[in-house]
Amino acid sequence: MSIELKCHVGIGLPVTGTALVADDNFSARYDLDRIKGVFSRPQHKLVGQSYRDVILVLNTAKGGVATAWMLHEMKTRDMAPKAILFNAANTILAQGAALAEMAMCDRFEDGDVTSLIQTGDEVHVDPAAGLVTILNRDGVG
Amino acid sequence: MKLDDEEQAMLAGEMGPACAWALDHQIQIGRMFDAEDMVPVSQAHMMADPESLGEAGVAFVERLAGDGAQVSIPMITDPRGVDLEHYRPLGQTEEMADLERRFIAACQAMGIMMTNTCINYQTIMPPVFGDHVAYGDTGVVIYSNSVCGARSNFEGGPSALAAGLTGRTPRYGLHLDRHRRATMRFIVDQTPSDLMEWGVLGAAIGRQAGSYWQVPVIEGIERVPTSDEIKHFGAAMASYGSTPLFHIAGITPECRTVADVDGSDLPAHRIGVDEITTLRQPFGAAGEDVDVVVFAAPQLSLVEMGQLASLCAGRKRASSTDMIVCTSAQVYADAAAMGYVDAIQGFGGTVLTGTCFYQQYAREIGEANGWKRLLSNSAKIVNILGGYGYAPALATMEDCIASAEAGQVVDRGAGV
Repeated sequence: MSIELKCHVGIGLPVTGTALVADDNFSARYDLDRIKGVFSRPQHKLVGQSYRDVILVLNTAKGGVATAWMLHEMKTRDMAPKAILFNAANTILAQGAALAEMAMCDRFEDGDVTSLIQTGDEVHVDPAAGLVTILNRDGVG
Repeated sequence: MKLDDEEQAMLAGEMGPACAWALDHQIQIGRMFDAEDMVPVSQAHMMADPESLGEAGVAFVERLAGDGAQVSIPMITDPRGVDLEHYRPLGQTEEMADLERRFIAACQAMGIMMTNTCINYQTIMPPVFGDHVAYGDTGVVIYSNSVCGARSNFEGGPSALAAGLTGRTPRYGLHLDRHRRATMRFIVDQTPSDLMEWGVLGAAIGRQAGSYWQVPVIEGIERVPTSDEIKHFGAAMASYGSTPLFHIAGITPECRTVADVDGSDLPAHRIGVDEITTLRQPFGAAGEDVDVVVFAAPQLSLVEMGQLASLCAGRKRASSTDMIVCTSAQVYADAAAMGYVDAIQGFGGTVLTGTCFYQQYAREIGEANGWKRLLSNSAKIVNILGGYGYAPALATMEDCIASAEAGQVVDRGAGV
């Protein structure tokens, strides 16, 4: 029982985890309390939720360049997502993932990844293959 | 990706471990964005404040410096996180200052020029039309691409550093003509009249653009904006939309007409007074007590410092309201010589050099000083600081000073 989602070749090593999904965007500086490991921006759809060790699934990146360093800093404190999946990453997020050795993929062939994957799904991410597998379901919806 | 002989040698470690790391990092990025090869760049500009770097980031940069890394092109820096001449009064700690000192030492060992500015295009060496550069700071990138006609992607700190070491960057995104064409068309009903309004208009367009890969072309701007006006416009657009490039018909250099950027057939999005009012509305706070007034993001130019000094002359801030002004060391020297710094300090303002408010442990200094309600004329900074525990509000420079004087938010209902 699984669903395979094809995406563009990404960054990082394969990883498996539980999805946390929102139709919203992402900036480590704008949106996170990086000490507590939760979304802190009041307007963010995931406000108050922990991002630690999850497969974060969001629409796109926003804002500034700080995220490139911040993903690395978060990873070294073991206070980071396992992977981030986007409909469209920007350059900063990709650069941050490369330094942090964090899995990241975007550009999904089957459409909006924030609809394809649901919060709580068990997800395997293989960036080099450009493949994300939902392990606990066999139908999209 | 195709690598030339020099790049192959770098990757093989023949030019040292730092260059090998840098090229490997760049190849990972290039693969993700389908770069076919590398492009030489003339300058690099690195954003790296200690809050973003943390201990891990500083140690990483120290390791590169310890490996003998040297930048191969002129490389400059974005604002620092700690003004080492004025950190204790802000509530910043010795630990923060020590991280900053270590980072500065590592950068200097690698030959990086510590310019500490996000307005290098106004003060250091603006890029020229067609110039390929590797710039960090979204405000720097959007201004350089759009106003100067240079070519840069958003280069986060690690990638800017990699470009400084290798002298090149992967050729993808805005280094390619096909990604510089308009993808969205906006018609503006009313030309903004001051810095805050330019920022709000940029924010409204950025919010609708909403992606790094969208390129707005804008019509309806009825006069050539000043460098400061288009600085606030671009900085806000980049902040709200992660947008690295815009065109303004008849004003920016790649767009004499909309047809020049293939925008003629795009559907038009109208930006009227309603859109501007809707964006401003969450940042209104008339009559509420204000804890701190901030002028930053981007750092102030000499002209802005002069405008601020004129408004401050002969007035005093309320004892309950602090005021912070961030500028670059290059501007500060001139502003001091012209008496602007004295005028701002006479009002009770604090002028910080080489930092920017949101990059200097904004959460911690807010908590240390009891700052919650923050007022600024920067649409960029009010967008950022909500996540840092502030209640940010937006007003014109004139109303910001009047608010600092009154201790309460004065907002005369400016509309674009």
